[in-house]
Amino acid sequence: MSTTLFTNVRLIDPVSGTDAPGELRIEDGRIAAPGPASEVVDCGGRCLAPGIVDVGVKVGEPGERHKESFRTAGRAAARGGVTTIVCRPDTIPVIDGPEMLEHVRARAAESVVRVRHMAALTKGRAGREMTEIGFLRDAGAVAFTDGTHVVEDTRVLSRCLTYARSLGALVVGHPQDPGLSRGACITSGKFASLRGLPGVAPLAERMGLERDLALVEATGVAYHLDQITCAASLPALVRARAAGLDVTAGISIHHLTLNVLDIADYRTFFKVTPPLRDEDDRVAMVAALAEGAIDVISSMHTPQDEESKRLPFEEAAPGAVGLETLLPAAMRLVHAGHLDLPSLWRALSTNPARRLGLEGGTLEVGAPADLVLFDPDAPFVLDRWTMASKSKNTPFDGARMEGRVIGTWVGGTRIFDRNNAHA
Amino acid sequence: MTFTQRHLLGIEPLHPAEITALLDRADHYAEAQRRGDRHGDALAGLTQVNMFFEASTRTQASFEIAGKRLGADVMNMAMQASSLKKGETLIDTALTLNAMRPDLLVVRHPHSGAVNLLAEKVNCAVLNAGDGRHEHPTQALLDALTIRQAKGRLHRLTVAICGDIAHSRVARSNLILLGKMENRVRLVGPPTLMPAQVGELGVEVTDDMAEGLRDADVVMMLRLQRERMDGAFIPSEREYYHRFGLDAEKLRAAKPDAIVMHPGPMNRGVEIDGTLADDINRSVIQKQVEMGVAVRMAAMDLLARNLRERVNGV
Repeated sequence: MSTTLFTNVRLIDPVSGTDAPGELRIEDGRIAAPGPASEVVDCGGRCLAPGIVDVGVKVGEPGERHKESFRTAGRAAARGGVTTIVCRPDTIPVIDGPEMLEHVRARAAESVVRVRHMAALTKGRAGREMTEIGFLRDAGAVAFTDGTHVVEDTRVLSRCLTYARSLGALVVGHPQDPGLSRGACITSGKFASLRGLPGVAPLAERMGLERDLALVEATGVAYHLDQITCAASLPALVRARAAGLDVTAGISIHHLTLNVLDIADYRTFFKVTPPLRDEDDRVAMVAALAEGAIDVISSMHTPQDEESKRLPFEEAAPGAVGLETLLPAAMRLVHAGHLDLPSLWRALSTNPARRLGLEGGTLEVGAPADLVLFDPDAPFVLDRWTMASKSKNTPFDGARMEGRVIGTWVGGTRIFDRNNAHA
Repeated sequence: MTFTQRHLLGIEPLHPAEITALLDRADHYAEAQRRGDRHGDALAGLTQVNMFFEASTRTQASFEIAGKRLGADVMNMAMQASSLKKGETLIDTALTLNAMRPDLLVVRHPHSGAVNLLAEKVNCAVLNAGDGRHEHPTQALLDALTIRQAKGRLHRLTVAICGDIAHSRVARSNLILLGKMENRVRLVGPPTLMPAQVGELGVEVTDDMAEGLRDADVVMMLRLQRERMDGAFIPSEREYYHRFGLDAEKLRAAKPDAIVMHPGPMNRGVEIDGTLADDINRSVIQKQVEMGVAVRMAAMDLLARNLRERVNGV
């Protein structure tokens, strides 16, 4: 019987909201009550928290393994304190049938962290025919989403939501009016006008959101918004929750820490979907997160190779990697005084785990021993070439960051040790 | 030496003194050309490559003539027909070309920022001949030179820029330049063809020609691209001409000695009345073309000097 005792540790428990010195004992891969242990880990006063549950990770399998494989994504996750990745179905081909899902589940065994899968809501993410939501759920899909492909036909979406509701399946939506956002690669405004780039107004997000929420109200489906990024969208979200709809909302770490001006002279590593917003919107989103209006922070890890990014801004592929930088970037919110650590960990770990019906996200006895040990104040300058991800498209290259993962455990097994890391 | 740039990627990076230096040099070349003294040797021994990823007759010809008059070896590459069709990326094209050691690279590209990207990868001096909706610096400079010659100054003038501002790199470069030189700039056009929050750039915005042209010293018309009808930007050419096309009647709101400009090519009867465009008392459109060669000679001359200084370490 393997038991480990973490001593001299600052325990971050998002469920009880505590941040206090203490000890934690794990037994056979699960968190256990205090008692004797065969191994003792002296944590030197650093923080121990539930591992991050990252919803919306893109792994390049199938189709783009040269950008990211389950093996490399798993290593990047381990280095970033992420113990569960919830993968997107926007692969090539799309994960839209149970056979495909079984295939990627088998491939995912190469990852050192836990992997869960979302499946497409419509076949080929084309917005016309519903996928086999029942079979896919039986095959292990934890949620259904067409990702950034908005289902334009409202009747199709309405039927998908009605059917998903009957199965109790969670649908993840991307709020965006497809007409207004067509062809856009940046948030419209003064900066976009100066750079001569086709922009989309924040209004497009609000309109997409209002439509989706009306359908959620009509169907009663469980609905998670992948990313809400504009102040103009918040009233609709707040109203929906006050009305008791089963709605949660997420945001990417990039929209919480960067704004449209970071694009500067057409820096394509800052091209993400939806595009980075104005500083006013960023500040409003941080406040909404602190107030609990936004539930989940994700990395929206989207690996792109150099060739996809070294293009004129309009032609460059969108997306940024984030598994390894999620924790240090999120620590900016703590260091700036917007959030305390337990609140941050609710958004990084507890809320996503609960929303997707996964174990984890807590330090309660009996929970899986998925843990991250980190130094909240350790400073470093990010060098993208040291990252484990196959793709190095991070917007934080050269950035000064504070907060570093020391060790990561999944089911009680140590999968990352910075002091013995070879890379 | 007041002009310290390595490339001419836009008006935005330029200091007002650099704009003045460029225009002074261009004045010199304009004067020399008028005298019939057309040939210089400022670019002798240098290789100028014109890379146009987007069709252009006027600008490409203007750069070619400017280079040849200063003694450069000029090569035109029609990029639409070449390697891009074979799947080569812009950066690979740039690196390939860079290995052939050109001295001056003149680039036009349909995407905003593409010329900046290319400039990061090459050793030579890069001139932006228009990138997407971003900038077209030599056009703004030739417009400025034309204005300065017609009005005797390039400050404290009221300039109305009219038409499709949203899709126009000419408008962007012009409003930046005119703003830097402390002029009053008005943008006039239907709100569907106005960039978002452009009012924050220190310009006045209106959709009324009479208001926009009131007491203007300069009226600058922009080309309306015919495909704009498709995206529901405007209802029809005839309604556009009625509300925003420049004719003698609308021009009456401007100062009596106001000049009329157009970067070309013109759609007569769409954005400008044909007779007005040909009126030598008001229209300086042909003069703009003439100044285009002088400005491009000046820009390449000054960039070549900086290039030589950098290479020789003087």
